[in-house]
Amino acid sequence: MIRDITIGQFYPVDSIIHRLDARVKIIATFIYIISLFIMDSFIAYAFVILALAATIKASKVPLSFMLRGIKSIFIIIIFTAFLNVFTTSEGTVLFNWGIITITSKGVYMAVLMCLRLVLLIVGSSLMTLTTTPIQLTDGIEYILRPLKKIGVPSHEIAMMMTIALRFIPTLLDETDKIMKAQQARGADFDTGNLIQKAKSLVPILVPLFISAFRRADELAMAMEARCYNGAENRTRMNVMRYSKGDYKAYVIIVIYVVLSFVLRYIF
Amino acid sequence: MDMVKAKGLTYEYKRMIDTEEGTKEEKFLALKNIDISIKKGEFVAVLGHNGSGKSTFAKHINALVKPTEGTLWIKGLDTKNDEFVWDIRQSAGMVFQNPDNQLVATVVEEDIAFGPENLGLESSEIHNRVNSALDTVRMQEYRKNSPSKLSGGQKQRIAIAGVLAMKPDCIVLDEPTAMLDPLGRKDVIETVMRLNKEEGITIVLITHYMDEAVRADRVFVIDDGDVVMEGVPKEIFCQVDKLKGFGLDVPQVTEVANILNKKGVNIATDILNVDEMVSEICRIKGVEADLSEIKRDIPLDVDKLKKEAESTFDGSSNFDGIQIKNLTHIYNEGTVFEKKALDDINISVKRGEFIGVIGHTGSGKSTLIQHLNAIMTPSSGTIYLDGKDIFADKTKLKEIRQKVGLVFQYPEHQLFEMTIYKDVAFGPTNMKLPEDEIKRRVKSALETVGLSEEYYEKSPFELSGGQKRRVAIAGVLAMEPEVLVLDEPTAGLDPKGRDEILDAVKKMQEKLGITVILVSHSMEDVAKLVSRIIVMHRGKCVMTGTPREVFARVDEVEKMGLAAPQISYVFEKLAKNMNIDVPLDVYTTNEAADVLYRILTGGTKI
Repeated sequence: MIRDITIGQFYPVDSIIHRLDARVKIIATFIYIISLFIMDSFIAYAFVILALAATIKASKVPLSFMLRGIKSIFIIIIFTAFLNVFTTSEGTVLFNWGIITITSKGVYMAVLMCLRLVLLIVGSSLMTLTTTPIQLTDGIEYILRPLKKIGVPSHEIAMMMTIALRFIPTLLDETDKIMKAQQARGADFDTGNLIQKAKSLVPILVPLFISAFRRADELAMAMEARCYNGAENRTRMNVMRYSKGDYKAYVIIVIYVVLSFVLRYIF
Repeated sequence: MDMVKAKGLTYEYKRMIDTEEGTKEEKFLALKNIDISIKKGEFVAVLGHNGSGKSTFAKHINALVKPTEGTLWIKGLDTKNDEFVWDIRQSAGMVFQNPDNQLVATVVEEDIAFGPENLGLESSEIHNRVNSALDTVRMQEYRKNSPSKLSGGQKQRIAIAGVLAMKPDCIVLDEPTAMLDPLGRKDVIETVMRLNKEEGITIVLITHYMDEAVRADRVFVIDDGDVVMEGVPKEIFCQVDKLKGFGLDVPQVTEVANILNKKGVNIATDILNVDEMVSEICRIKGVEADLSEIKRDIPLDVDKLKKEAESTFDGSSNFDGIQIKNLTHIYNEGTVFEKKALDDINISVKRGEFIGVIGHTGSGKSTLIQHLNAIMTPSSGTIYLDGKDIFADKTKLKEIRQKVGLVFQYPEHQLFEMTIYKDVAFGPTNMKLPEDEIKRRVKSALETVGLSEEYYEKSPFELSGGQKRRVAIAGVLAMEPEVLVLDEPTAGLDPKGRDEILDAVKKMQEKLGITVILVSHSMEDVAKLVSRIIVMHRGKCVMTGTPREVFARVDEVEKMGLAAPQISYVFEKLAKNMNIDVPLDVYTTNEAADVLYRILTGGTKI
């Protein structure tokens, strides 16, 4: 169940997208997300979907694998749709029953919002699927580096992310194990009302927290033992360098931005 | 100059204890006035049971902990002086017990680079060091992998490489193999030996595995914060009773030699390995010993073995017990991560049987047992309990889980309640039993694992490792299952904790008469207890039979990455290399001593 979440996973194949510098992908994703929020016509979305489809094709990640990530947020999507359908009162009335009114604008908004959510998830998971976590954190550290002067702890943020990413699989495994162990003792996580369900989480959360603290303690000691002393005097093994392909990618990103503006303000 | 030199090393810490007047702070001496010196290039093993202070000593060498009194010098540098901390940490690297909790990065090579990066080295120099460290630990092909996908032994080798990349003079390893399977242990220890012999790195190995300690140049035994024994392995290990008094083990061969010696056989008592034992036997009988390695070039026909093993399967519909039929499990079906964990398993286990399941990591044994109580659902095939398909009715899963109790690996990690009583009561409470029945069950379960009433109101987190584990086992026992499945119940424990658990399991099986399925990769544990062994290999059931039958097939067992008890190799060598007529199915120390006594004193010609 937990393993269905594809966000944050890396899909190990070799493709043009995989070979791109992480900074390019982070910036591209950032621009892509902004573009999703400024777009408001279906023609514009058709363009976004086209661009995304082309990138997915180039990334060699199977579409079915990407769509599995959506499955885990299906409820959120449905909820968003309902919220939009029932709370929008503008537009022509399509259906009216008591206090429930469905308008054309509501349906339009619901479709738009769901589309936006799906595109958001697929787009950002494409970044993590094609970029190793280490490249991703390195990229973020590089991008944030200029902000160090104004007090943004870029190294610490990157280190925290590295450790988080390193321990996500470990803690997921652990959660899975603890859940199974408590299930083996007759624990029930699926039935009961909200309070009972919340209560049934205690036997999972307490051991999980204890283990996380123990791990944190041991890891901190292991890092210290390997002479870790923060960013001070620290060098890196892999220095990030742009290649020709990365500049090409930046050109494509600029074209994308221009086209987005055209679609936003002309149509 | 000594690599490590301690003079009057004392470490005191404060801990909170519960007394009748409430919680009180108490001073506790973890190390008491220790004098030790370790020369450059030496390989030193430090032994001691859990809580003896050996880990505290290890942390001192890396300046992670500073002495309360006395002094510790690393390469002549006083660890108390803050100026030297970084030099000390660079020259005395440390590898910890838990392979998961010491790797920082998400890619192997980045993790190895972590140390050199902290030292502020040039990018090209870091690349060189990572490369040569990967070569030394023989993990070059895994450099781009994620550590979470590696086995425990591989993770530990990465941790060693991470230390190596800092070019240390000395490496301290704090129980590096405690959480590993036999194959992983072997890899790690061989790596450590190579570092010592080829690179001349000083090794301080903290362990409670005697077969590792016997390979050291010198052994220290720490008990209760004090160095109680010191000497070369031969001097230390021949004192079998003394070591056992400190809660430690001795190698099987040493124990056998000791028993024989006590019986009046003129045999050396400082025998540490199989070859020494064989030579000693030959010396007494006056024949020439042939110690050459036994060739194991028989091909392993897994499918044939599977067929043979499964011929014992009883598929009758009125079977009393568990029948596993055509059970197959495929992880991540239909993706690049697809993996067949179980491949058409057919096993039947009669009610009241005591079964051992062995197999190396990844053989599918953990997956198999998680199907037994329907925590996992098979991709195909099914399991019958007393003739009924356990997966047939999804609403009755709770009932199945009550009938088949499953104790996971490191079960103490699932304890969560404030008191031991409440934690054990969790299962029965979930079964919605009346209060007095819950009380009865908790009491009886805790009694079975050997915890008396004074523990009921204590927090489970105050207990020792072995005790915690017994509480966790009681938590499952309190549901009064018909079948109890234990996954590696002795993993990570010291010899004393291990014996406590195994004793509890044995008593439980005798007292309650329930079916027990014990999963382990420790052959010696399994051999001592169970009546039948099931061997798993690459997701298939490849052997089944009494311990005697299984260990007599040492060739195939070895091929599968498993090891038979040490003593069976002595008999194998005697039989195969020298054509001596000895039984090949001896696996316990007492039996071995009896057989050897007859051979050595009797007229048996060799």
